Amino acid sequence: MAEITLVEAVNLALAHELARDPSVVLLGEDIGANGGVFRATLGLKDRFGAGRVLDTPLAEAAIAGLAVGMAAEGLKPVAEIQFTGFIYPALDQLINHASRMRHRTRGRLTCPMVLRSPCGAGIHAPEHHSESPEALIAHVPGLRMVIPSSPARAYGLLLAAIRDPDPVVFFEPTRLYRLFRQAVEDDGVALPLDACFVLRGGTDLTLVSWGAAIHETLAAAGALEDEGVSAEVIDVATLKPLDMATILESVGRTGRCVVVHEAARSAGFGAEIAAGIAESGLFSLLAPLERVTGYDVVLPYSRLEMQYLPGVARILAAARRAMKFQ
Amino acid sequence: MNVVASFQVERLEFLGAEGELLAPLPDFARDPEKLVALYRAMTLTRLFDARAVALQRTGQLGTFASSLGQEAVGTGVASAMREEDVLVPYYRDHGALLWRGVTMVESLLYWGGDERGCDYAGPRRDFPACVPIATQVTHAAGVACAMKLRGEPRVAVCMVGDGTTSKGDFYEGLNVAGVWHLPMVVVINNNRWAISVPLHAQTAAATLAQKAIAAGIEGLQVDGNDVIAVHEAARRAIERARAGGGPTLVEALTYRLGDHTTADDATRYRSAGEVERARRLEPRARLARYLERAGAWSGAAEERLRNECTERVEQAVREYLAVPPPAPAAMFEHLYAELPAALRPQREAALRAAGGERERG
Ligand SMILES: Cc1ncc(C[n+]2csc(CCOP(=O)(O)OP(=O)(O)O)c2C)c(N)n1
Ligand SMILES: [Mg+2]
Repeated sequence: MAEITLVEAVNLALAHELARDPSVVLLGEDIGANGGVFRATLGLKDRFGAGRVLDTPLAEAAIAGLAVGMAAEGLKPVAEIQFTGFIYPALDQLINHASRMRHRTRGRLTCPMVLRSPCGAGIHAPEHHSESPEALIAHVPGLRMVIPSSPARAYGLLLAAIRDPDPVVFFEPTRLYRLFRQAVEDDGVALPLDACFVLRGGTDLTLVSWGAAIHETLAAAGALEDEGVSAEVIDVATLKPLDMATILESVGRTGRCVVVHEAARSAGFGAEIAAGIAESGLFSLLAPLERVTGYDVVLPYSRLEMQYLPGVARILAAARRAMKFQ
Repeated sequence: MNVVASFQVERLEFLGAEGELLAPLPDFARDPEKLVALYRAMTLTRLFDARAVALQRTGQLGTFASSLGQEAVGTGVASAMREEDVLVPYYRDHGALLWRGVTMVESLLYWGGDERGCDYAGPRRDFPACVPIATQVTHAAGVACAMKLRGEPRVAVCMVGDGTTSKGDFYEGLNVAGVWHLPMVVVINNNRWAISVPLHAQTAAATLAQKAIAAGIEGLQVDGNDVIAVHEAARRAIERARAGGGPTLVEALTYRLGDHTTADDATRYRSAGEVERARRLEPRARLARYLERAGAWSGAAEERLRNECTERVEQAVREYLAVPPPAPAAMFEHLYAELPAALRPQREAALRAAGGERERG
């Protein structure tokens, strides 16, 4: 089994589906000869032809709108938005059309499309290239919101996203694209789109995160173990629809919860998880829930971005505060 | 069938690739001093640009978008503006920024990941470089609208790339400028590529200048490697706008000799032969040839200029490298006019976290 990076896993899943299902087409800026600016679509145009891998003009509203039209007409478009910072012209299409085509036609027309986009900070990119707007997407009824945090999950979740009968927004954390390798078998097995992944079992504390922040969260869990604290780590890779049951079950056992995310704090997706716990798990809490997030500031240019990101130290500090409640 | 409307697109050019004259020079260009000033600015831009790329390669700068080969566009346009006009640039406009008075230190800070690089000491009303493609065209229309509403004889000058013309907001900006007869000039740096997408894959239109026609505004093409033509086209358009004559779209034909940015590798999608052919048309050499023939430039002058520019660039680099990173508190500064009380605890937490990390080394 080959050891591959997350971006190679994305490529592998795209190739698998292009080969398996003739209705799958890719579209986006620079995805052909250039293989995408991160090389996620490397070699796919050569392998599958210009009729399956379409370089579009520079126009995000058109990319998303094309995907809506293609999907309604029976194709399975997988569109790429070059960076999440440039997804906003596509939101009109996602919010006003993709998410509700099925609903407003009572199932007559549907939108089985995927919109992929690299997200997140920490790679010293220029401005507008580092945001994590998953909460914006997760707020839209009718869309699914997925963010993998490992090569294996990227492969399995992208297969599932492409096969799903509804529109899926799929964010790929740029910081993880080449951070590490993992054995991924090209077996075509999809992962569920509505279940959290428990990455590490624990009994004292539940750490909940997704995307690139999973890695600082796992590191914090390792450090806590040295302090005698057993932390469970949950990857909410599928934010919408949210598998609250797994989180509630864990918090029911540990009584303590720290939610970690890169995006700004206010109305971030952590608030949704906190609300879910307040509604259905309040009495199992031994300590106030903690959120470790980006600050409510414009994501700083690269010289300060590491100060913005929730690092291991901030996660540890929150976990230790929670552990003070016995 | 009756013809109800017909259009044509004109191209303005004065200097050929060998520096030969293709048409009688416009008035401003009869003064060799004016041309030497443009030449000096283009040279500074090129040396600054090359140094910025080198800084990125050695990890001292973030991703940088080189303007190699396109210097005549920025220099030619900015030199046709008045100080009180407003430049609404995009990220490849180093030449225009330099002419407007943005310092090299400010530019380096910006590309080095420091917001202070957008706080221009010089042109206080100019916009910072725009990264989300085409969004700046509507800003320029807004700026021009403000000028017009106040009855001021000022002009908004907007810079965009060729790929930018595919996006809706490009057309939205032109259209509103047309209906409202705004004092706006949009200049397209048609460097033939939008990252890996060549112009023919971007549009089926024969020219980009003709996109003005649908908006009902003036449009023309210029040889973007001929700084005299760029300056003259920009000057006419800006002065027409100032006089209440409405907006113009100028398409400047040039070529992106470098990679899209330092994060790009153009050998993946275009041939070395194409780049070499384009290099023979580049703007600086042709102006040098013309000036030499006119007796206004010499090898000795060239050497003096290079030394002077290199020294200025090196001085800027030294100053840039000596600027300490912004303090973590800077994240919370200038977020609102005044930091809302609700945000103060986050600011304090950020300062504590930053202090803690420093203790740990
Ligand atoms: C809305 C938006 N989409 C995508 C990008 C990513 N991107 C940056 S530059 C670029 C190509 C721009 O080409 P062009 O307009 O020709 O300008 P050039 O860079 O060639 O000067 C793209 C796609 C972006 N910055 N903004
Ligand atoms: Mg271009």
